This record gives sequence, structure tokens and C-alpha cells, in this order.
Amino acid sequence: MKVRKVLSLVSASALALALSVSVVQAQDENVIRVASQSPLSGPQSVLGISIRNGVELAISQHSQALVDLGFTVEFVPFDDQATPEVGTSNAQQIAADPSILAVVGHLNTGVAIPSSEVYNDNQLAMVSPANTGVAITDRGYPTINRIAGRDDTQGQAGAQFAASLDGVESVYVLHDTTAYGQGVADFFRAEAEVQGLTVLNFEGTEEASNFESIIQPILALEPDLIFFGGIYSQTGLFISQARAAGYEGIFMGPDGFDSTEFAELGGDAAVGTYYTTVAAPASFYPNAAQYIEDYTATFGEPPQPFSAQAYDSAVIVLNAIAAAAEEAGGVPSREAVATAVRATTDYEGITGTYTFDDNGDPEYATYVIIEVTSGDPAEWGDNTVLESFQAASPLMAAALAAEATPEATPGM
Amino acid sequence: MTTSTASPRENFRAWLFRPQVAGPLALLYVVIATALLLIQNRSSLWFPLMNICFVPLFLLSPLVVISAPLPSRLKLSAILFMLVILMPIIGMINTSYLELAIQISIFAGLALGLNIVVGFAGLLDLGYVAFFAVGAYLWGMLTSSAPTVFNINGWLLPNWTFYIIIFVAIAAAGIVGVLLGLPVLRLRGDYLAIVTLGFGEVIRVLARNADAPTNFTNGSQGLHNIGKPPLPGFATDITSGISGALGIRMDNPSVVAQQLLFYFIAIVMLVGLIIVARRLQHSPIGRAWAAIREDEVAAIAMGVPLVKMKLLAFATGASFAGAIGVLYAAKQTFIDPQSFVLLQSITVLAMVIVGGMGSIKGVILGAIIVTLLDLHILTNLSLQLNALKNIDFVVPILNFHIRDIPQQLEPAKYQPFVFGLILVLMMIFRPAGLLPEAHRKLELQKTGVAPEDDPNVLAEAIELGEGN
Amino acid sequence: MSSESLSSRRNARIFVPIVTSPLGYRIRGSWFYRFIIFPVGQILLFIIAGTLLLTALSYLLAAAVPEPRPGIVLADQISRQLPGMILSGISLGFVYAMIALGYTLVYGVLKFINFAHSEIFMVGSIVGFEFMRRLFDSGSLGAWNPVILIITVVLAGMLVSGLLAVVIERVAYRPLRGAPRLVPLITAIGISFLIQDGVRAIEALTRNDFNLTYPTNQISWLNTPIPMTFNGAVAGGFNLGGTSFDEIGADGVAYDEFFLGETAHDTLTVGGITLGGTPIRARDVSVGETEFETLTIGERNLEDISGASNVVNIRVTSIIIVVGAMLMLVVLNWFVNGTKTGRGIRAVSQDQSTAGLMGINVNRMVSITFFVGGAFGGAAGALFGLNVGTVTPYVGFIPGLKAFTAAVLGGIGNITGALLGGLTLGLIEAFLNGILAYFPALGQRYTDIFAFSVLILILIFRPSGLLGERVDEKV
Repeated sequence: MKVRKVLSLVSASALALALSVSVVQAQDENVIRVASQSPLSGPQSVLGISIRNGVELAISQHSQALVDLGFTVEFVPFDDQATPEVGTSNAQQIAADPSILAVVGHLNTGVAIPSSEVYNDNQLAMVSPANTGVAITDRGYPTINRIAGRDDTQGQAGAQFAASLDGVESVYVLHDTTAYGQGVADFFRAEAEVQGLTVLNFEGTEEASNFESIIQPILALEPDLIFFGGIYSQTGLFISQARAAGYEGIFMGPDGFDSTEFAELGGDAAVGTYYTTVAAPASFYPNAAQYIEDYTATFGEPPQPFSAQAYDSAVIVLNAIAAAAEEAGGVPSREAVATAVRATTDYEGITGTYTFDDNGDPEYATYVIIEVTSGDPAEWGDNTVLESFQAASPLMAAALAAEATPEATPGM
Repeated sequence: MTTSTASPRENFRAWLFRPQVAGPLALLYVVIATALLLIQNRSSLWFPLMNICFVPLFLLSPLVVISAPLPSRLKLSAILFMLVILMPIIGMINTSYLELAIQISIFAGLALGLNIVVGFAGLLDLGYVAFFAVGAYLWGMLTSSAPTVFNINGWLLPNWTFYIIIFVAIAAAGIVGVLLGLPVLRLRGDYLAIVTLGFGEVIRVLARNADAPTNFTNGSQGLHNIGKPPLPGFATDITSGISGALGIRMDNPSVVAQQLLFYFIAIVMLVGLIIVARRLQHSPIGRAWAAIREDEVAAIAMGVPLVKMKLLAFATGASFAGAIGVLYAAKQTFIDPQSFVLLQSITVLAMVIVGGMGSIKGVILGAIIVTLLDLHILTNLSLQLNALKNIDFVVPILNFHIRDIPQQLEPAKYQPFVFGLILVLMMIFRPAGLLPEAHRKLELQKTGVAPEDDPNVLAEAIELGEGN
Repeated sequence: MSSESLSSRRNARIFVPIVTSPLGYRIRGSWFYRFIIFPVGQILLFIIAGTLLLTALSYLLAAAVPEPRPGIVLADQISRQLPGMILSGISLGFVYAMIALGYTLVYGVLKFINFAHSEIFMVGSIVGFEFMRRLFDSGSLGAWNPVILIITVVLAGMLVSGLLAVVIERVAYRPLRGAPRLVPLITAIGISFLIQDGVRAIEALTRNDFNLTYPTNQISWLNTPIPMTFNGAVAGGFNLGGTSFDEIGADGVAYDEFFLGETAHDTLTVGGITLGGTPIRARDVSVGETEFETLTIGERNLEDISGASNVVNIRVTSIIIVVGAMLMLVVLNWFVNGTKTGRGIRAVSQDQSTAGLMGINVNRMVSITFFVGGAFGGAAGALFGLNVGTVTPYVGFIPGLKAFTAAVLGGIGNITGALLGGLTLGLIEAFLNGILAYFPALGQRYTDIFAFSVLILILIFRPSGLLGERVDEKV
């Protein structure tokens, strides 16, 4: 009896406490946070850390507009461990912190897709510096944007380039069985067949270090070119082992090749490799010289690929927050920030000029094809840019086609 | 004289465990934990650290109440109050707590299922996540908007079928469990471990490769836009009504309402699984499992139907995971083969063992601790350090600038390290788990845990520990 | 004399060798026979038998499915790849076998799986890298004698890994000897995480990077593969390595300049068609669809000499792996079966408490076992690193998992079994990778599934592995 009395007393007070405290819980009105998500641990952290650093540099250099409005801008980096679960769990935590107004992030498409579901549910703007998977923007979410190009265009460009090479008639397509690697390899294969190349095989492998037995059928089929949809940590090793085993043809790959590590791992075998990328080396962009200098001064090493893109993404986000804050006359709502990000028009960043289309793709993205010229990692920045072109996003291309058709039909 | 003398410490324990004392204390604990959770100020510099301390305190409170010597009716109502009223309100205030609660329920369900196989029947299963994948892919394939054969042919199910598919998944995973069980009946110990591990890999590789020639699983691209159980129209209104009444700021009530729905589904499923597991443990079936676990030969001699019981253990454990898998797929709305790697199986196994094999309460505690570590504590630790870096915090006395920690040593990069350290320390100091099953506890007390240099005791202990 | 016979009689009582012949009878005979001829012969027998069996199965498959994809004749492809598959399978198999030994030794003594063993392997590979890299940085790498360099690298890996294994046992496993058997499993998993991230922290701090590339490209003899011509099966007796083709002209075409080996063949005109430009690979000639069909050389169509791609580049590192592993296995066999310490280890593995009563220091034997197992893991790591070129702190997981499979496949706790299991698994993997690629609906991505299916099949019929003892039931 006594116990029951105590209990009812206690539970009543608990409820009262809960209610009163929740009302008290007020937000600090002056802090605005920007989060980043990228793998900071694990094998892909070389790129992930560079993305994180790019965002940090952008925030330290470009938050003046917000500081003038009376805000403190803070940076919160999250480690998605290149794992979907950790990514979504972090995303939930980001969503639960109302002072976080935007996210720059994700290196891996497989992590970005589930995490962006959470962002979109919470009207939180995301700008991706590196995700090339088509599903990121093809879902048409109003909050999810990227400044990177797309795998479909990248794969097509790669296949067209391969077909234009002298003496390339047969290709062997490999991928790493991830959403990214298999995605881009699929697009490459499709276009290669259109271009009249013989696709000898389409293979996936999870192997990460010893490719000896995987190479055997390649040696027997003798393709003129091997396309490997994968990340440098795997592909760099692969090409060095394939050369050692006696393969004499050409290697080619997507932007996953783009890291000094590729030269480190591939050594001399890397020379003459072609890769397509949506993020040319920072030195390729005339406006990025200052960035390379600042980055090297701050972090003691030159930026990796996607770092400059992360910087641009962060600046886009900061500009959008500032615009939304000015309009709102205080901390803007997430919805307003997301709208402002999407409204970004002709932003001139260090890696290009960006305008988002209705799906969040950049209206025009830059694609480049690069030839590796040296097996020395220090000379990675000097790789030759063979081709660079701007390609319209699918929405933009459709719009252009629609524009062109009415004029074209009368003449026909 | 000598017999009745108890040390002051024992006296204190006896006093503490009297219902009149322990009961109110437990309830006081709940109140304090709740209060601590709520008085945190998000803009405080030390918010992540407080989060690390207070959230586990709060999430453990149902277990504290259940362990307190209170009348069972009281316990029940207190827990009901916490689960149905307190947690949802707190979840409305900070949705990440709600997410944590859902994730914990999901993993607790998995751990309960694995506990049946490993803890009850003593069959080491390293591929448990395969059954989880069966459930998740079942629901995922039937509702995802990915270009699977189901989608293209218009065979997708409406979202309300979620509640039916849970039961279908129970059956499907159970059948898969029997299929795995049949070939491995003769194997034991480590042979069983490696075969189940292989089986887990087989399911994952199948999920990854079943996109060609016919696209069932969308391969490594994964299944996105998986259906969520439909939200009743009034749920959003109720949620925004409650939040309005309590003065909780809520930007989008429908999202919170959806999360709350998942929370309640998860809780109901978890409670259901706990009841089933308890019933099984104390049934003739449970006793047969225990007999197999302790000594297979003796069990056969006593007339335990070995084949039937082993298969039943596999099937029951698998069906738990299948049901939870459906919930997981609906909750994440995206699954891909990466979600079902070996590490997941090992994590669930760690929950079972850290908590205490065979003990239902222990297993749930293990799930809470490991999930918190993985998703909450370590993340917040790095957030805390980052916050300190942002303001260039200087550790008093040592005069050490937090900013001077080399970037290569950022805690965010060493989450697995801390996880590993905690696993090792916990196993060395509590080898039977935190809340060991009563039977095992006795066993360990009898022999002592660390018979350092005496080979005889050691050998005896090993035999007892192995139980064969 | 008398004392010798006494000791040998005592031997006979205690000496129940772990290493028995596959048929189960004890090995007798002279020291040389027991410790050199027999084990080496046994290994060679495994390799030859396994290779023959798999080759036969492959051709059977080729007979059943002659053309898995249009334009691909499976038998031809198998013939082309056969030497390469066998070689890579053997070197892979030896790496698995050496790691598997670590699992099996520890299991034999303590009856539990040392899941952290894959990280011990990884540490060996990292130590090998550090050693070579430091030599390279100090500029003295080129001055080393090749054989001594390799031996030192491997020894360095062995020493550090062995000591690490001992420390792990002391800190993490010994306090747990009385606990249920799953508990050390969880500790081992924890230890794995600790080592992985610990190594990563060290490398990241000192080198700012953790993709660690062996400076092997600085050593030319390590990098130059040995070309080897296999010309029996397909080329039908033609040596395509360096022989000129001037004797086999047809239709008045001179082949004087045409070599199919190392030389480029700039101009080859066959029936009015010029194959030119970049070096022609021999296969380009063998595509005898139109003009070439009429061209016969001796009694064979040109199609038949497509075997030119049977020139296989044997990598020096593969040879090092095979030789190193054989050497160490012989030493291990001698150590376990021929020394007093080895006898102690075997005694402990049979009955710990009785061994203790007999005056054997059980803890010391356990430590030694861990050291030996760890050293083998470390040696495998260093050899693996030399072979693949680059290692990371995460490199251990997959080889470790496969080696564990190998140990179970052979019968865990049995040293010969680990060797047999490793070689079997390596060969199966290499053959599957080589052949599955031609099946459009399957592909190499199913290799692991097939390998696991083989394992499950074997375990169904032999529940304790290939050479595992029948489990004695205590009733």
C-alpha cells in the first residue's frame, strides 16, 4: 500500500518534471551548424578526410556574412564509416539537432541514398561533392543536391573515349560489386556495345588484394582494354598485378581511380591509364590555386580529389543559409535553407559554375578524361587532361531538346 | 554468534534489497534519469558529453524497474508508463532518442532470436544475419520502387500488407532456418560456426548478384523507397496536438508521427518476442534445448529428439530475425547487401555474450549497451572533442590544447578501437556476461573464473565451461 | 646405446604424432626420411593430386558445356589458363595453409578459435613493409643480397607477429581459460579491432597514410617475371617461345620475321592481309575465320597454335612463397614431432591436466604454441605483402577468414589438415575464378559461394574435416 503511494507520487512528479523541463528547453538562437558526413575511418578515409577538411576550410573562410548577421557558425564532422547504417544513424542525429541547417556530404553513393531519405524527411538540405550515382537525384527530392556529375554520363563518356582509341576493339569490364562501381561499369558496358566494341566479359569481384587468379581469364581472353569500375585502393593494386602477370593492354576506369594513392599502388603500371572523372585535379581549375595553397598550409598535405568540390559545396550551403537568414531576419528554417540551396544560380566556385536543376543535378557538369603520366604519386597533379567537356543534366538536356524541337520541326 | 554476524556490507545489501527501499529507489532513479535527460541544454559546450552520460541512464531505466523488488503489477504499470508515455514524449523533444530506442528494439529482437540458438540450444551460429536479410529482402522486394521484376510486372504490394508480411517473413525465415539446419545437424562447435558463417555469406552474395539475369534484388544498387506501414490520418494530428500542448517545437509532425509508429511497432514486436522466448525457455522444449546444450549424448540417452529440437531451435531463432528484418527494411526504407555483412552477425553475437548467454534480461541489456556504444556514445565522443576544438579548449592543469591533438588521432576515426577495447575489458572482468543466466552463474562460482597457474583446476574449469 | 633405446622406447609410448600420413599410419624410418623426405613428398603429393583432380573436373565441365558463351570454347580457354591457374592456386594455397596453421595449432592446444589471428597475419605484412621501407629510405636496400633480404624480411615479420601473439594470449586469453568457450571468441574479436586501429594509428601518425606499398619496384630481380612456355596441350609441339617460323611458310609467304614469343612482329602478310601496327599478339593470328583457315602449317591449322598465350609469367614472389612455405613447413614438422618442446605441446593438446601432472609447464607450452602459430601468421603476412605489393591494416580479414575455412576443411587441430585444407581451398579458388568467368549467369562473384558449398559438402560427409579425428564422446 505504502509502496503504491510512493509510486504514484513519483510517477506524477516525473511526468510533471518532464513537461515543465521540455518547455524550458530553449534553443540558443545564435548558433548555426553545418555538418559533413564522409568516411573518416577505414580504407576510404583518404578521400573522406579530404572532404571533411575542405568543408572546414570553407567554413573558416566564408562564414563572415553570417557572422555579420550575428551568428556563430560551427562545423560538425560526422564519420559515416562508408557504412549505410552508421550514415543513417548519424543522419538521424543531425536531423535531431535543430541548429544544423545543412549537410555537405557523402563519398559513397550507397551511404548517401539511405541517409538522404532522412535528410529529405526532415527538410534538411544536402549538397554532395562526390556522389555520382544516378539514384541520388533521380528521386527528385527538393532537398538533395550535388555538384558532381553523374555515372551515366561518366560511363558513356568513358566508353566513347575507349572506342575512339586506336586498336581498341575488345574490352573486359570489371567492377567492385558496390553500388558505385557496378553502376558506372554498367553504363560503360551499355555504351561500349553501342559503340561497337566487343565486351568480352562483365565481372564483379570483392577481392581487395590478391588478384592473381582473377587475372587468368583476362590473360586468356586478351582484351585490348580493361575497364575497372572501382576505387583506387582496389584498382591500383589490380593494375600492378595484371601488368606483372603479363597483361599488355590498356587500363581504364571511373573517378574512383582519382587519387595519388592510385599511382602509389600502381607504380609504373599506372602510366598510360585513362580515367574519366567529374572532379579534375584541383590544379586543373585556374581558380583553385589559392585553395591548394590554403589547404596545404592548414593541413600539411595537398588536397585529394573531391576536396575542392567539398569546399564549393560548403560555400554554396553557407551562401544559401546567409540568404535565407537575411530573409527570415533570424535563424532561417531548414525548409528555407533547402529552397535557397536549390535556387543557387550561376555560383562561381573554384571548380566551376553551378546552377541546380529541379532534380538537384548541376545543369552543366564538367567531365574530364585524364591520362596518368607518371607512377610517382607526387606528380599526380600533372596528369594530362585529354578531354574536358560540359554535359547537361538529364533534365536540362530534355529541356534543351524540347526547346530545339519546335524550331526544328518546321524546317524538316 | 558467528553464524548470524554479517559484514556491514552484507547488511547494507540486505537493507537495500528490501522492497520498501529498493522499489522507491528504482522509481527515483527513473525520475532522476528522465530529469537529467531533459535539463540538458543543446547549445552547451558539454552537450555531447552529457548526452553520453544521461541517455544510457535513461534507456536502462526499464531494466532497473524490472529488476527492482516491486510487486509485479506495479512493475508492469511503471514500465507501461515509461514505454507508452514517457519515451514517446522524450522522443518528440529529441527525435534522435526515438531513433535510438527503435534501433535498440530492433537489435534486441535480433539478439533474442540468436539467444535461442546460441544461448538456449548451444549451437554457435555466425551467419545469423542471413535470416535478418531474408525478412528484410522479402518486404523490400515486394514494395521497393527499384526496377525489380516485381516492380516492372506490377506485383508490388500495398503498404498496409506490412502487418501480414511480418507473419509471412516469420514463416519464410523459419523455413530457411530449417534448410540451413538440415545439412549441419551432424556438425558441432567450430565446424558448425564456419558452416553457418558460410551460409550467411551465401545469402549476402545471392542478394548482391540476383539482379541478373532476372532482377530480384537490384543487386548492389540496393532497394530504395521501401514501403513504410501506412500512417493513420489521426496520428499526425495527435502528435502535433500533444507537442503543441507540451510546447515542443516540431517542424514536421508527420515525420515524427511516422517514427512514433515505428517505435510502437518495434516495442510491440519486442514484447511479443520476449514473451515467446520466456515461454519457450521454461517449456519442455526449452529444457530439451538446455539438455542438448549441456551434453548431447546424455540428452539422446534421455530420449530428447535431437534432430527435431535442433531444427526447432534454428527455425525459431531464424523466424525472430525474419520478423525483425521486415521492420528494419520498412524503417530504413533502403537496404543493400552491405547491411548484412558478417560484422553484423558478430555484433549481434557480441550483444548476446556481453549481456549474458541464455538470460533474456541479459541479452536485452547487451543489445542496449552494444547499440548505444555503436550509434551513440562513440559518435558523441567525437562530437564532444570537435566542439572543444572549435572553441580551442585548453585542458586546465595540464595546459593542453585540445586543438593540438593530431588530426590522425581524432576519435571519430577510432570507433572500432574503443568498441574492441570495451569488449575485451568486459569479457575479462565479466566473462559470463553482465546478467548471467542463473545456471551458468552457479557453474562459474563453483570453479572460479581465473584459475591462473593450477593446471588441474584449469582443466576442470575448461571441461565445465565447454559442457561436453 | 642403451640409453638411446630407452629413450626411443619412452618415445614410442608418448609419441602419438599429430602429423600422421594421410592414411593414418605412423611415420617411421630415419631422421632424414621422417623430417625431410616424407613431409615434402606429402606436400608434393597433395599438390599433384589436387591439381590433377581439378584439371580433370575442369575438362569434364568443358565436355559437358563446350561453349558456355557464343564464341568461347571452354576447353581452349582452360588449356590457355591452366598453368596460370595452377600456379596462382598453389601460391594462394600456401598462404592460406600458413595462416591456417596458426588457427589449427592454437585450436589443438586450447580448443578455441583465435579469431585475432588474421590481425597477427596483418601485422606480419606491415612489419615486412616497415623493414623494407626503412632499408629503402636509408638507401641500403639495393646493397642487400636478395636471398638474405627476403629471409630477413620474413624473419622480422615472424618475430614481431609471434611476440604479439604471445602478448595477446597472456593479456586477453589466459584470464579467460575457465570461461565458456564463446567468451574468448568475443575477446578475440575485440582484440582484432584493437590491433587494426592501433596499427592504423601508428602508420597514420608516422607515415600519414596506411596504404603501404612495399618498395619492391626498386628491386628489379623481384619485379622481373620469369616467362615460361607451356606448349604441350594446345600448341601441339610447336615451340612458340623463340622459334622462328621460316620453315612453315605457306602460299609463298615468308615468315622469317614472325616470332610469337617476345619479339614484335611488325609485318606479317598472310594471303594479302597485312597484320601490322602495334605488336600482334599470337592470338590475333589464331582467329582463323576467313583467310587463315586455308593456311596450314605442317598438319595443323593455324587455329591450333593459339597456345602462344600459354606463355605464363611466373612471378618471382610466387616462387618465394612456395619455397619459403615448404621450408617452414618442414621446420614445423621437425619442431612438433622431433623436439622435446614439440612433444610437450602435443602432450598438452591431448590432455592438459595429465600433461601438467607429468611435469610439463602448461602455460609455457601454450605461450610457445602461440608464438609458433603467430610466427607462421607473420611469415605468411610478409610473403603475402611481397607478393601483392600493398598492404593496409585491414588486409587480414579476408585471407584470415579463408584460412580459417581451410583449417576447418582439413580438420581443425590437425597440422597436416591445415596444409591440405589451405592447398585445396587455394586451388579451388583459382580454378573457380578461372572458369566461372565464362558462365554469363554466374561469374567470378560466385567463387566464394562455390568454395563454401564445397566446404559444406565435405563437412556433410566428413563432419570433422578431411583429416579430422573422429570426435570421441565422453559419456
